[in-house]
Amino acid sequence: MEIVVASTIGILTAGGVYLLLRLRAFPVILGLSLLSYAVNVFLFATGRITIDAPPILQDHGEHLTYTDPLPQALVLTAIVISFGMTAVLVLISLGSFLESAHDRIDMIGEDEAETLEVDE
Amino acid sequence: MEGAGSLLPIMALVPFLGALLPGLFIRAGRNACATITMATTILAIVMLLVMAPAVMRGEVLEARIDWLPQLGLTAGFFLDGLGLLFAGMILGVGLLIILYARFYLSPKDPMGQFYTYLLLFQGAMLGIVVSDNILLLLIFWELTSLSSFLLIGYWKHLPEGRQGARMALTVTGAGGLAMIGGMLILGNIAGSYHLTDILEHGEEIRASEWYLPALILILAGAFTKSAQFPFHFWLPHAMAAPTPVSAYLHSATMVKAGVFLMARMWPVLAGTNEWFYIVATVGLITMILGALIALFKDDLKALLAFSTVSHLGLLTMLLGFGTEAAVIAAIFHIINHLTFKAALFMSAGIVDHEAHTRDIKRLGGLARLMPITATIATIAGFSMAGFPLFNGFLSKEMMLEEASHTEWWHSHYFVPVLATLGALLSVAYSLRFIFHTFGGPVRKDYPHKPHDPPFGMYAAPGLLAVLVVLIGVMPWLVEPLVEVASSATAGAHLHPHLKIWHGITPALYMSGIAILGGIVLMLLHRPLDAIWLRTPRPEAKAIFDALIRACADGCRWITTFTHNGAISRYLAIFVVTSVIMGVIAWMGGGTMPATRPIQPIPAIVAVGWVLLLVATISVATMHRRRFRALVLIGVIGLMISAGFVFLSAPDLALTQISVETVTIMLLLLALHFLPKSTPNESSRGLKSGHTVIALAAGVGVAALSFAFLTRDFSSISEYHLANSYKGGGGHNVVNVILVDFRGYDTYGEIIVLGIAGLIIFALMEALLNGPAAARLRNWDFSQDRSRDRHPLMMVVATRVMMPIACVVGIFIFLRGHNMPGGGFVAGLVISIALLMQYMASGFAWTMSRQKIEYHSMIGWGVIVAGLTGVGAWFAGKPFLTSAYGYIHIPPIEEFEWATAALFDLGVFLTVLGAVMLMLFSLSRIARYAGETVNITAMDYDPSHPEYTESDAEEVH
Repeated sequence: MEIVVASTIGILTAGGVYLLLRLRAFPVILGLSLLSYAVNVFLFATGRITIDAPPILQDHGEHLTYTDPLPQALVLTAIVISFGMTAVLVLISLGSFLESAHDRIDMIGEDEAETLEVDE
Repeated sequence: MEGAGSLLPIMALVPFLGALLPGLFIRAGRNACATITMATTILAIVMLLVMAPAVMRGEVLEARIDWLPQLGLTAGFFLDGLGLLFAGMILGVGLLIILYARFYLSPKDPMGQFYTYLLLFQGAMLGIVVSDNILLLLIFWELTSLSSFLLIGYWKHLPEGRQGARMALTVTGAGGLAMIGGMLILGNIAGSYHLTDILEHGEEIRASEWYLPALILILAGAFTKSAQFPFHFWLPHAMAAPTPVSAYLHSATMVKAGVFLMARMWPVLAGTNEWFYIVATVGLITMILGALIALFKDDLKALLAFSTVSHLGLLTMLLGFGTEAAVIAAIFHIINHLTFKAALFMSAGIVDHEAHTRDIKRLGGLARLMPITATIATIAGFSMAGFPLFNGFLSKEMMLEEASHTEWWHSHYFVPVLATLGALLSVAYSLRFIFHTFGGPVRKDYPHKPHDPPFGMYAAPGLLAVLVVLIGVMPWLVEPLVEVASSATAGAHLHPHLKIWHGITPALYMSGIAILGGIVLMLLHRPLDAIWLRTPRPEAKAIFDALIRACADGCRWITTFTHNGAISRYLAIFVVTSVIMGVIAWMGGGTMPATRPIQPIPAIVAVGWVLLLVATISVATMHRRRFRALVLIGVIGLMISAGFVFLSAPDLALTQISVETVTIMLLLLALHFLPKSTPNESSRGLKSGHTVIALAAGVGVAALSFAFLTRDFSSISEYHLANSYKGGGGHNVVNVILVDFRGYDTYGEIIVLGIAGLIIFALMEALLNGPAAARLRNWDFSQDRSRDRHPLMMVVATRVMMPIACVVGIFIFLRGHNMPGGGFVAGLVISIALLMQYMASGFAWTMSRQKIEYHSMIGWGVIVAGLTGVGAWFAGKPFLTSAYGYIHIPPIEEFEWATAALFDLGVFLTVLGAVMLMLFSLSRIARYAGETVNITAMDYDPSHPEYTESDAEEVH
């Protein structure tokens, strides 16, 4: 089971990094989403893997082992915050597309001269 | 002496507070401005005088304000003899300089600025000499570099001033950086950052293997500050400053900071071979080199600057000797040098001010035109030359005496001969300064007719000249001060005996040789000068400039190479660096054996894993078809949610799946206006390169994860599990952690989320009022769309689902404390329910039924959460301490009630408000793009062919 979780994190990271290195805003946002998944699962996994022992306290019953709740709490807010971050990014890239009519994210080889304002 | 010691921090603070005043008082005139500056300094002097008697009795005054004592961060001050001497010099000369500057600065110069800089500098210097904590000392040390930068570059219109200031800052700043390293090492060895503790650990520090690195680093700081060879070159260039600055910084204070530091650290660092050979040799070289260059300088201030370099070398050498007698000589010479050098600088300033030139070759004969200035300069100059009956003679005798029995590398002659040579050169340049400026016949070609200045201008140098003679004739006057200061320096009780006549000693012969040789040299100056001018010499400024240019070029090359404008390159560099560092860490540290058993993989998990793998690879390879990529991202998110369910994290699964839904909606909305496909731009080589980087990162992260997943760990979660119910009153530990244990974090996070929502709203406002608005108005939707944008079935279904979804949301919210759920998830669920209405029934229809603004919802959420936290104060508990109890309302079963639930309500409101505001902002673009908005729920009724878009109204 550990290998599944570890490889999942690796797969998501690899996919995220690859998309992150693209030249247009949209794939980069997708890449960031993948990386967010990877980071969230990574953080979650620091509590180690426990199956069928959610951190909901039981008053009775024999099974009284619980998984580590702390990484879960951290990841829960991380998921919501990463949504906020994605939303801001989406809007920035949308804005830049509407203003400049392209969604390239680098500043080299631009056709329009006025956007080639590299300060010296 | 508790009371007196507590004055110390106040005294150190007075100049800084006073620095605020000149800028205000300049409006009341230049005299008011100078007066308030003097008043500040006088106040500090009075405080020092209050503390002085105790120090003169041999006490050490201390004051300590703890800040983070665990880290050794305290604002500690102490005052002993050495500190008293320097503090007195800094404040006393400061007072004279303020007086002098009042008359020196022309009405065009901004005087308020000058005095502010001067007081800042004064405060920084004062801080250095009274700091107990070496970290505090370092801060003051850097402050002197910064404030002297402002002072040296005070005449901003002069390029030499600006360049000199930059050079001084670069050199002393670099030295300061080195010193930080040295001080930290020192503090580490001694186990404390308090000077008083460090001074007690001398043995231990000298025996440590880190002694030499610490010594070199600290000396680098001291040498750069005190302009020792090979860092001496910045001082003459700093002479572009106004003369009061030169007189203050470069005779009395800043350049003495290095000497002070060496004196302060003397009991700890001195006495070893390393100390002797580094410090004494550098001092000796500096002394001779400085004197030699000074002899051939034509600019009065440059001459004095190099003579200062030379005298600083002398002081350094004396400290380097490492004997107690040499310490006494050094301390005495510090006092003497201060008096005559400050007087000489001010005299040079007067000459410059009156004759409008400082070039010796254009001067001469001034004794008849400005007799008072000439007298002052002659007295001070004779002292600098070391003539008997002037104070410079006494300390120079002591220096020669020490030099005469110092052995350098098995040679008895090396140091005495060179010391005599230094003294000889010193006589020569002093005489040149006096006679070539003031002696000789009156000339007719001065740029300006010189005459003596007003009293205020020569009062300060005159007073110093009086001191020169007084100390020279009656040295016992300063004996007590020399005694406490040198005792404090050496860390042992010393008994100096300052006398004019020591009998016939080797020093007297050396002194005689120096004076005679100096006079001969002075007489031979003209032919020697011609030879000097023909000899090629390395030009320090050119070398410095070339060095700086090389650094700048190197930096520019690296910057243009790495920052070529392509963000993918930066990210690639970042990822590769991270992977390399991970590999280095792994190879260096190795791993411990695995301790956790590997758990089996159920078939269902394998299926999910394959799905996720295929989806991720597909996203990466087919990302150019953007809609398809979005769908695939949805698959990945679903798989992760399923994974959370399987791995005992129901809360995470709920959150992930609802966030997933809103994220996809958001991206869909954005994609409406973005290009629907990504062009194929990267070359095949670049793509494979990126693939390799991505795979390396993936493998690295996977290996890391696997490594820690198979090893045991200790967690603080035991506490949370044990106290969740007892302390927080909830069964769902994750929720209790969020709203109770770590409520502060959550509070911060909902604020961040709220800010993100507002940012999006603000960005959209800016966008819709900018050039993009015009583009949007002419938007051409290329794709054919269905006329039936709000299908009947969907409208009806969502209406029915709305209350159900709301009930689910409330249910999830209420049960959150004990079962999976809570404010975060509930907020997301309700926002999805609302979004469904927007999608199904249209914008206008939903808007008209929306009663609460989303902004205020965010605000209310934060307020509710905050007030819940504040409520704990009324119970006398810290912010966000939760309370809970049980309420029994008859028909319903007894239920639990916790303040945490109220906090969770705040979370809920903020999440709902933020998410809705984000998506609402995005959909506003559509209206700008001229999309029609229906006012009824359904815009298309297939049963009435004529009832089509005529009813649709354009709303903007």
